[in-house]
Amino acid sequence: MRFKEKIYLSLTALATLIIIGLLSYIIFDILKNGIGVITWEFLSQPPREGMTKGGIFPAIYGTLVRTLLMLVFVVPIGVFTAIYLNEYGRGSNFSKWIRLAINNLASVPSIVFGLFGMGFFVLFLRLGAGLLSAALTIGILTLPIVVVSTEEALRAVPNSYREAGFALGATKWQVIRSIVLPQALPGILTGAILSVGRGMGEVAPLLFTGVAYYLPYLPSSIFDQFMDLGYHIYIMTTQSFNIELTRPIQYGTALVLLMLTLSFNIIAIFIRYRMRRKRS
Amino acid sequence: MNNKLKIKISVRNLNIYYGKFLAIKNITLDIPERSITAVIGPSGCGKSTFLRALNRMNELLPDVKTEGEVSIDGRNIYSPDVDLVKLRRNVGMVFQRPNPFPKSIFENVAFGLRIQGIRDRERIEETVELSLRRAALWDEVKDKLYKSALELSGGQQQRLCIARALAVQPQVILMDEPASALDPIATLRIEDLMRELKEEYTIVIVTHNMQQAARVSDFTAFFLTDEDRAGMLIEYGNTSDIFTMPKDPRTEGYITGRYG
Amino acid sequence: MEVREKLAYIIISLLASVAIISVILIFIFIARESLPIFFNPEIKKEANLRVFFFTRDWQPISLIPKYSFIPLIVGTVKVTIVAIVIAFPLSLGAALFTSEFIPGKFREIIKPVIELFSAIPSVVLGFFALMNIATWVQVLFHASSRLNAVTAGFALAFAVIPITYTICEDALNTVPRELREASIALGATKWQTAVKVVLPAASGGVFAGIMLGLARAMGETMIVLMVSGNAAQITLSFLDSVRTIPATIAAEMGEVAFGSAHYATLFFLGLLLFSITFVINYIASTLLERTQKRLRGER
Ligand SMILES: Nc1ncnc2c1ncn2[C@@H]1O[C@H](COP(=O)(O)OP(=O)(O)OP(=O)(O)O)[C@@H](O)[C@H]1O
Ligand SMILES: [Mg+2]
Repeated sequence: MRFKEKIYLSLTALATLIIIGLLSYIIFDILKNGIGVITWEFLSQPPREGMTKGGIFPAIYGTLVRTLLMLVFVVPIGVFTAIYLNEYGRGSNFSKWIRLAINNLASVPSIVFGLFGMGFFVLFLRLGAGLLSAALTIGILTLPIVVVSTEEALRAVPNSYREAGFALGATKWQVIRSIVLPQALPGILTGAILSVGRGMGEVAPLLFTGVAYYLPYLPSSIFDQFMDLGYHIYIMTTQSFNIELTRPIQYGTALVLLMLTLSFNIIAIFIRYRMRRKRS
Repeated sequence: MNNKLKIKISVRNLNIYYGKFLAIKNITLDIPERSITAVIGPSGCGKSTFLRALNRMNELLPDVKTEGEVSIDGRNIYSPDVDLVKLRRNVGMVFQRPNPFPKSIFENVAFGLRIQGIRDRERIEETVELSLRRAALWDEVKDKLYKSALELSGGQQQRLCIARALAVQPQVILMDEPASALDPIATLRIEDLMRELKEEYTIVIVTHNMQQAARVSDFTAFFLTDEDRAGMLIEYGNTSDIFTMPKDPRTEGYITGRYG
Repeated sequence: MEVREKLAYIIISLLASVAIISVILIFIFIARESLPIFFNPEIKKEANLRVFFFTRDWQPISLIPKYSFIPLIVGTVKVTIVAIVIAFPLSLGAALFTSEFIPGKFREIIKPVIELFSAIPSVVLGFFALMNIATWVQVLFHASSRLNAVTAGFALAFAVIPITYTICEDALNTVPRELREASIALGATKWQTAVKVVLPAASGGVFAGIMLGLARAMGETMIVLMVSGNAAQITLSFLDSVRTIPATIAAEMGEVAFGSAHYATLFFLGLLLFSITFVINYIASTLLERTQKRLRGER
């Protein structure tokens, strides 16, 4: 009996180890094979010679710009949605619907967002396939992340602050703006950073909303097509005419993307950790 | 009761429900101006509920229903045309646990002015200083006005909360067990402060501490729950009368029980 | 003042409704593009429910296009099964380990580390799978092609693990301490307590974790697009190449003629995917909410 339990217990430890081991191995593999490729030239130059040489600057640029653009939409919408849920609509039916929708958005397959982005932003709203359509599409995809994170932060603001505010004659909006929101700022920041980490790595929603295989110039307006790190990895590994030859470029691109998403996520974890410590 | 005093707050047939539960039942009493009125009674008898009815704070909770009338200076604060913001500026509140905002000492006191849209730096500074002086805190904090309020001791924080309430120039101050989280020395300071403040303000205080009620208040209201757990006013009068010759045996029981 | 408050309320409510509007719009716009399957007589001839579910071939670009969903469904089911079979025991084991058998201090480290898995973009997972897992699978199972359902499912498991793990761990962790203490006080061992008391109490959450992991596996695009081989075929072997629904949409939408039967069919596949995940998600979140309420209520 005792012995059997020890085995079971070790199995759960083993499961944990396997997961962490796999995770580390993935990072290690990409790092090991990609690090040698990363040079200033690789980061700052466009691809050359049919994308078999040169750098990935346009892809980095496209990824950053579309992600920044996404933030502009998703942060205000996400934060105010969370404010509604936590400050105005506690227990209301509208809140229940919002929650259902947020939950649902979090699990809609990303390719479906791609279809929607094409059907709605690109074709129906006539925004065309470009940075803006892609940013809006990814923005909807990451909306739940911002909402959940902000809501957690709002919930952690003690009610006594709100009461004190009201007792001094502050209106609801004044209490939210000058007491609740400043307190929730780290949580909002976490949400924004996490949404960046997630949004950067998404490729499927871009496929029909403006990502380009190769562009000789950088996008100059938000309606222009763009190159993207994740998409670059995909085409270089599956459609480039010499897949073996461009392995280093593939690894280098994967490493750049992985470092970006990992660091955003680690920063978010760190802020969240500090926030929770401060609270207790 | 002393008839010469002007009545500041007059409560008529006040019932308050949390959902279906009747928390206080048919309270009627008059609170005189520039005096301290203490509300005492066992836990759960509706003291806080009563106090929070005087600045309509109960409305922040979902599902609270209020019946009856509360008039301040002869105006029913529950009539539909009352501006809640004005009401709460007129009726300040100090809570059981000190709850300064996580801002600087200065910003805490200035908060009430800022939300009124006052931008005049000089005027704000003047009011902050005056309020801190009135709350007997100025000397202790004048050198660290821009430090976080959370660095103050519990007693200082509570006086800061009083200063914060004073800054919006209320006429009435409600205090819900303002000293229960403080040590005896800090408690005495708060009590001294209350005595000074009553020269200008009408103060209503909820307290569990019988000696405190006897020490600082001019009038005392004793609450008790009935068999349905609804809070009722048992006896109300001059503090000295209530403590020396209570009319109701239940009051006597409560007071002596606590003393004895 | 009054006006400002009202304005704030209106703006906040409007922004808050974006989520609801988005879900509705997603449904409407995907449904709209797939409607011709039911109403356009030309398209109906080529692509209709009978063709989708009662024929055998998916060959949308051949001379006589064939639009059977069956090979795509078979492919999706295969990779999903592999993914869940790998991901579920690992996730649950790790969740039990983190929530029951180690001190809280370590939990605070291990949990975020495992959750970091979700920070790896699926295209990077796909790339890793292409370079490594495909080889492992080939060596291990002597598969004829490197890219097959096992490779894809294995890689998909990486995407499923962080979801299933987090939800299971949270569910286990909400089980009140009193329940554990009661069990220990009755002489149960830690393992017995975990399996006979905690796990049953959190079973709703665990189940929700599997379901949401399942939804993720079914809907994941880039990984399968890169390592499943993308051959639409109906076979029993898991070592054959497969083509899944999301990968089909991703691969073919770019080249399809706007408004054609193929176009409508791809949108219909999207609608199918959306509806299935909607239902799964609805069930899972209801379950999750109920479990949490029950657990909190017992306190
Ligand atoms: N938000 C609420 N919802 C439901 N019932 C409440 C709520 N607040 C208080 N009550 C109930 O109303 C009654 C009176 O509560 P109240 O807080 O006014 O009592 P109190 O006299 O201030 O008690 P204490 O001395 O412990 O502070 C109690 O029975 C309490 O359980
Ligand atoms: Mg109370």
